[in-house]
Amino acid sequence: MAEQNDLIRLSAAAQADGLASGDFSSAELTAAHLDRIDAVDGDLNAFLHVSREEALEVARDVDARRAAGETLHRLAGVPIAVKDVVVTRGIPTTAGSKILEGWVPPYDATLVEKIRDARLPILGKTNMDEFAMGSSTESSAYGRTLNPWGEDRIPGGSGGGSAAAVAAFEAPLAIGTDTGGSIRQPAAMTGSVGVKPTYGSVSRYGLIAMASSLDQAGPCTRTVEDSALLHELIAGHDPKDSTSLRDPVAAFGEHARRRDVKGMRIGVIEELEGEGFAPEVRARFEESLALLEQAGAEIVRVACPNFRYALGAYYLIMPSEASSNLAKFDGMRFGQRIVPEGGATAEAVMKATRGAGFGAEVKRRILLGTYALSAGYYDAYYGSAQKVRTLVQRDFAAAFESVDVLASPTAPTGAFRFGENAEDPMAMYLNDVATIPANLAGVPGISLPSGLAEDGMPAGIQFLAPAFADHRLYEVGGALEALLEDSWGGPLLDKAPELKGGAK
Amino acid sequence: MPAIGREDVARLADLARIQLTDDEITRFAGEFDAIMDAVASVSEVASEDVPATSHPIPLTNVFRTDAVTRTLTQEEALSGAPDAQDGRFAVPQILGEE
Repeated sequence: MAEQNDLIRLSAAAQADGLASGDFSSAELTAAHLDRIDAVDGDLNAFLHVSREEALEVARDVDARRAAGETLHRLAGVPIAVKDVVVTRGIPTTAGSKILEGWVPPYDATLVEKIRDARLPILGKTNMDEFAMGSSTESSAYGRTLNPWGEDRIPGGSGGGSAAAVAAFEAPLAIGTDTGGSIRQPAAMTGSVGVKPTYGSVSRYGLIAMASSLDQAGPCTRTVEDSALLHELIAGHDPKDSTSLRDPVAAFGEHARRRDVKGMRIGVIEELEGEGFAPEVRARFEESLALLEQAGAEIVRVACPNFRYALGAYYLIMPSEASSNLAKFDGMRFGQRIVPEGGATAEAVMKATRGAGFGAEVKRRILLGTYALSAGYYDAYYGSAQKVRTLVQRDFAAAFESVDVLASPTAPTGAFRFGENAEDPMAMYLNDVATIPANLAGVPGISLPSGLAEDGMPAGIQFLAPAFADHRLYEVGGALEALLEDSWGGPLLDKAPELKGGAK
Repeated sequence: MPAIGREDVARLADLARIQLTDDEITRFAGEFDAIMDAVASVSEVASEDVPATSHPIPLTNVFRTDAVTRTLTQEEALSGAPDAQDGRFAVPQILGEE
């Protein structure tokens, strides 16, 4: 058991190295993670579905191929978890919603195809806010996911399941999606690492869309290098996604290992460091900046005056796009169908199906989006929000003229308690204040742990880079991670409480 | 901006084809003014000279060659359907009595 415990605590890169050098097999490695899921996920609830047999089958196949001398992808045999908003052929996919309960997709998302082609065993699908709408994973129709740092705490959202899974050593790698912070904020809440790539870096084909102009899939891991390696794997042009970028994928892993910030200019976003940010979150942020400065980076303050309108613009654009994207859940071609008593017309069936199948937050956003797009309000709301989007992009462009990357705390506070913001939509929406600007502008962002803040909960630091310069995130992230771990004497997750368990 | 009342919420729900309970209508009607007030600040800076951005990365139309590729089979496409008949999606009657 001690040995298994050692395996699951290795980074994905170290697990890959161990597989390559024959220290252990993928079957052993995958079984160790499945055992961990068995031991702790009953309480944690990071997984909505565990694909045990399929994962082990892939693992055994990798072992056989390796034994036969086949050249394999670096991450072949390293297990991975996939957020349930990403469709997986033959593996149930619900997006955390009752309306898709029991749906088994007949196709794979492109990023899943890449994972399968590289032969990473898929452990299962992770919990999330319903249709990725939320910042706490409390809106999942299948129960909340606990934060490994405290069972009364939210794991962040919408990708709380993926973040909790990697933080609790159930998987070394997980896929997330980030529309307004759903990869980065859960990473901050759980002491893990998450990256939102440049919009279009990773194909959106097979992602159940919330807001198509904002959605972007990316890696959730425990180390910066692991995120870099997973990003390399899932990135690349896809003819099935017309917004997918044609640029070649950089060697992100090398950038993560460079650990050199000498001469790097880091801009602190003035609008995202003061009011509303908890004192200890700010203190950990300042300490991280000081470490980078000591290592040779130059820290400057930059103003992004239009960021204060970003939250408003986001909460107009996102519901508007969601109201349109979620129209397809009508009980006709897939998912649940609720027929009112005595039979009814298609329209009545749609209403009943959507009324019963969607949770409160999904209904709220569809209705708000319908309102924002309705005649008479369109210019004032949606039209204005699109203009703010231009202004936010201009702020980024101006800032990146003088700095290489921007920095802010990832979220205003550490993990809050369940229920604390659940009844107040605006309070919940404020969690995304620092992460949203990146989605509006399409620029990439990373969150990594900056230390422990209020109540011993982890805090995150976020770096943002210009579009197409994702490699800079890995450079600064890898460097800061090494500096912080030196100061802590090891990874932050070593300080996380031992999970008591609770069998699945 | 006008206040969003129960009738407005009911109308939006009708447009969005979502059956709401009375409690839900009351709840949303109580919330939406505050949310819309909070987001309405966008109009403060959205002056006429600012162009709108619909997409984060500038793109032009994307075309593919008109070649046959693998798509879902009929069976696969129907595999998640609540009801199917004769290789087609089976849906409730479209028109009501009125």
